[in-house]
Amino acid sequence: MRNSVKLLVLAFIAAGFCAIYLFHELNGSFGYALPKRTIKVLAMVLTGVTIAYATVVFQTITHNKILTPSIMGLDSLYLLLQTLIIFFLGSGHMIMVNKQVNFLISVVVMIVFALLLYKFLFKNGNQPIYFLLLVGIIVGTFFSSISTFFQVLIDPNEFQIVQDRMFASFNNINSDLVWLAIIIVSLVMIYAWRFLKYLDVLSLGRATAINLGVPYDSIVKKMLVIVAVFISISTALVGPITFFGLIVANLSYQFFKTYKHTTLITGAIFMSIIALVGGQWVVERIFTFSTTLSVIINFIGGVYFIYLLLKERKAA
Amino acid sequence: MIQVRALSKLYGKKPVVEDVTVDIQPRKITSFIGPNGAGKSTLLSMVSRLLDSDTGEVLIDKFDVKKMKSNEFAKKVSILKQSNYMNVRLTIRELVSFGRFPYSKGRLTEEDERIVDQSLDYMHLTEMQDSFLDELSGGQRQRAFIAMVIAQDTEYILLDEPLNNLDMKHSVQIMKILRRLVDELGKTVVIVLHDINFASVYSDRIVAMKDGKVVKDGPTEEIIQSDALKEIYDMDIPIQEIGSCRICVYFSS
Repeated sequence: MRNSVKLLVLAFIAAGFCAIYLFHELNGSFGYALPKRTIKVLAMVLTGVTIAYATVVFQTITHNKILTPSIMGLDSLYLLLQTLIIFFLGSGHMIMVNKQVNFLISVVVMIVFALLLYKFLFKNGNQPIYFLLLVGIIVGTFFSSISTFFQVLIDPNEFQIVQDRMFASFNNINSDLVWLAIIIVSLVMIYAWRFLKYLDVLSLGRATAINLGVPYDSIVKKMLVIVAVFISISTALVGPITFFGLIVANLSYQFFKTYKHTTLITGAIFMSIIALVGGQWVVERIFTFSTTLSVIINFIGGVYFIYLLLKERKAA
Repeated sequence: MIQVRALSKLYGKKPVVEDVTVDIQPRKITSFIGPNGAGKSTLLSMVSRLLDSDTGEVLIDKFDVKKMKSNEFAKKVSILKQSNYMNVRLTIRELVSFGRFPYSKGRLTEEDERIVDQSLDYMHLTEMQDSFLDELSGGQRQRAFIAMVIAQDTEYILLDEPLNNLDMKHSVQIMKILRRLVDELGKTVVIVLHDINFASVYSDRIVAMKDGKVVKDGPTEEIIQSDALKEIYDMDIPIQEIGSCRICVYFSS
């Protein structure tokens, strides 16, 4: 099967799942249920797009297929931020109650943190990218430890609210935020469009990429900023779900067997839409909310991750 | 012509290339020789922009390398490093097609396809063009990468130890191809070599480096002399003429 045909099939399945989610057992509730479901589907599509895009790009830049952008510590920072707000200001504070404010603060804090991290690391010439990852792991662990510390001290009722934030959820998503996020992500996508062709060459390694006329260091920096923006937006919108990207990116590599990033990224995006919308439908209508999507995703993702590790070990 | 002017590179406080000034003659094979750690690869990396220099400049056809656009530079100078680790699985043809990236940005025109065909043919890779790189032997892989550089169609071709890990047969094969590139297509080839006999037999000029400095620079006959080699390697190396080749017998000195 040619890759364009595969993409069409995936697009068709993704659209099918969206349609099923929107119209199954709608019972004519066009005024109430349909708009609510539409917002959810949009949020899931947006998350799928950002996570798939960010993960594939991040793996190309780091030349590593078992990393996710969460290694930079953005998810831990998000949780720390939420924990600190609840600990010091309480769950009734405006920043917690008003979702728009919370979203904006979270996004700004995460992006500023990522930019500072990059600036610090790229200050003296070009440090190898693995240095960035190491610092990311250390800082991320540091953030999680502080979060745990405060979570232990916190009032048990307030902790419930913190715990809510620890898992990605597509229920109760604010519709204004979805539209705002869609606008930001679209603008970034349009800006990043012209760098897409360079990504194919980046996977050949630094020396070959520079030899072929790619301004390697500046492209890598720009792509890292874009990854940080996408991860921040999706995390602030639905919660930490970056692990999910590992599954769809690797499924996409296995399914398409190509080096072309336009195909890989588009494929990964369709796969994540299928997984999110399909998964959410199963959670809502079959499990009737007795479990959450992120639990299922983390379970399947964990199993797949172990499979990947075993496979890579065999290849080496 | 490539002109290197007072080029230096420091790692920490230790200079690895120190105040190097050298001219690379066009349409010739110039070999860089010298002991390990002499700064040959570092120099080549700076000429090809893989590495920023600390002081000095590199001029290519009178233009400052640092001021050239990445893409324009890639149409003039190509570089092949020792190790080419890749994260993706490519066929030979796909790799060679990447050589056209500076021209077509990934959308190959008919002319690009024709040049890719020619490059594959030149490296005798046409029959195996759909094999994957990770299924090839070291020599075939190296040939595939050289085919990519040929498709890139640059006036200057820089190679950093292209004979590493190759057996005699493949080494000779590659050196003969480089010779043809210069004689038939008028390219300028700069190559870092460890085996001085390959340098002696195939190159037009030799630049010898030691401790980050150029110690000898001249036509091959002048450098392949026992006294010159003594200065470079601190070894007494007798030289034998076999046929038209001057062979350095360094094994027991």
